[in-house]
Amino acid sequence: MQQDIEHISGIFGVEPDIASLLLRYMNWNKERLIEKYMDNAHAVSTAAGIVPPEKSPEPSCSQIGPRRSSRLGISKPSKSKASERSPPAGEPFVCPICFDDTQQETLALACGHLFCRACWGAYVSSKVRTEAESWITCMAEGCALVAPDSFVRTALGDDAQTWARFQELVVRHFVSCMPNLKYCPYPSCSYTVSCPAAASKSALATIVPTVRCGASGAHVFCFGCAIETDHRPVICAVAKMWLQKCRDDSETANWIKSNTKECSKCQSTIEKNGGCNHMTCKKCKYEFCWVCMGPWSEHGTAWYSCNRYDEKASVDARDAQSKSRASLERYLHYYNRWANHEQSARLSAELYAKTEQKMEEMQLASALSWIEVQFMRKAVDESVRCRGTLKWTYSMAYYLEKGNEKELFEDNQRDLERAVEELSELIESPIDPEVIMSLRQKVTDKTVYVQKRNEIMLEDTARGFLEGRWTWNVDVEGFEKD
Amino acid sequence: MAVSTRRLQKELVEIQKQGTPVGITLLSADDFQTWLFTVQVLGDTIYSGELFALKFRFDGQYPIQPPAVQFVVDEKYQAPVHPHVYSNGHICASILGNEWSPVLSVIAVCVTIQSMLASCKKKERPPDNERYVKHAPENPKKTQFVYHDDTV
Repeated sequence: MQQDIEHISGIFGVEPDIASLLLRYMNWNKERLIEKYMDNAHAVSTAAGIVPPEKSPEPSCSQIGPRRSSRLGISKPSKSKASERSPPAGEPFVCPICFDDTQQETLALACGHLFCRACWGAYVSSKVRTEAESWITCMAEGCALVAPDSFVRTALGDDAQTWARFQELVVRHFVSCMPNLKYCPYPSCSYTVSCPAAASKSALATIVPTVRCGASGAHVFCFGCAIETDHRPVICAVAKMWLQKCRDDSETANWIKSNTKECSKCQSTIEKNGGCNHMTCKKCKYEFCWVCMGPWSEHGTAWYSCNRYDEKASVDARDAQSKSRASLERYLHYYNRWANHEQSARLSAELYAKTEQKMEEMQLASALSWIEVQFMRKAVDESVRCRGTLKWTYSMAYYLEKGNEKELFEDNQRDLERAVEELSELIESPIDPEVIMSLRQKVTDKTVYVQKRNEIMLEDTARGFLEGRWTWNVDVEGFEKD
Repeated sequence: MAVSTRRLQKELVEIQKQGTPVGITLLSADDFQTWLFTVQVLGDTIYSGELFALKFRFDGQYPIQPPAVQFVVDEKYQAPVHPHVYSNGHICASILGNEWSPVLSVIAVCVTIQSMLASCKKKERPPDNERYVKHAPENPKKTQFVYHDDTV
């Protein structure tokens, strides 16, 4: 950030403060700024709130404020920045904001709107603290001039805390403008992560930029989207789509599936909560039979029993019905598995506590040292990690187009799943002093195997993205069909 | 003395000395928390003959932060029917939000709102009036207005 400021400051021959404002105005896009500035330096400076627009009307104080006769002309901005002016002698200065004539220290931006120092301080501090704003415009009505850093600092006086907050806001703005930088989303973590590979949107169609911030190994998040965990192997667009679908559908879908049918004419979902089989759709007034889903008109007088199962109309109606049910069924298949792994991950804290206990027991029951029983912990680590992977593979499989590639994908998934389940079983098995050594061997072996399967799963999927091997059964951002 | 009190005191003195602009009268200013004004739109406008009341509420942050301003809605007064005024009296105006400037004053706000009404051609409520009024906070400053239209 400092480098950019110095660079611009050097090229344009302006003070670093001004360069910073110009860059902030242009959202830190240096190339665009240079281009625009070379084109019309004055227009850019005006728009960025650095110099007042030409022929600006006389600085208008508020209507009830005292009109100042002295013209505080438009002098060179770089010189008048933050310069403290004293009011002309003979006329005591009355700040138009607080109406205090004892305040003799005044400040003004290049526009010359003069206010007392205390008001500026309160204003800047309120902007920074309550509005989290680093783009602080002049207090005068309709004045677009922006306070440069040095002015902010002067206005804040010795309020170091607010000054620090202001600087943080500027840095935050910078980071948010840089596509290759991101703040760590973990609470109260102030680290920034740089990931140039994921800086462009198109890159997200082929990679899953899972990053770990420097503050803690646990701060793992995706650089490409807002999901705050590792969602490998599935790419951001698909993961997002899946989560959205789950939020919208899952709970309701379960209920709908077991309690309702759709009107065969308008497809409204209908719950039958009593009464006979003669249904009248509330929406389209279509009359049909709840049992066979065919039109009621064909039922004649067989009021309470339906024997018309094979009629063409009712077969068609049931077909449509089963199609929509099948898609629901399919979704629930993937969702339940996804949710299952999600649930396991949530229980992992408990599992860790249980494992810890087990490790202690194991020490008592055998001659193993604390270090030697660490294999249990490692096994749990690995199983938690793999369940994370498995979870997301279900969201991916849901959207994958049927075919060989999907079958291979699901083979990998199945192998990993089986291995993880076996490992979990071993972890949970009771401790028998006789077999501890063999259990230790088994768990260690299984952990290594599971780890390998997980790597295969992740690597193969990632390679598939790079090779463009995966095809989706829906439109996915970045995979537009040509 | 707090800045807000001193500033309001001064504004009040100014009002008593110079009077208020035409169409605007001070109803009450018994303390430095709540002031009431009546506003009339003069001339040939769709609001001619109607009288509205504006309520100003100040906190210690005034004038650095804007006051909370709304139309009074009670047995005596109604909120004007205007595309930027909700039926509960809340006003969607940028100068009461992000375009507030500390040099603006109570009278300046009254005048702005008066002219906002004067330039209106068609009496209608904001499109989302019902939804907004149902969930609106008591204090209009707690609402994050989106100022989408500055033609009226």
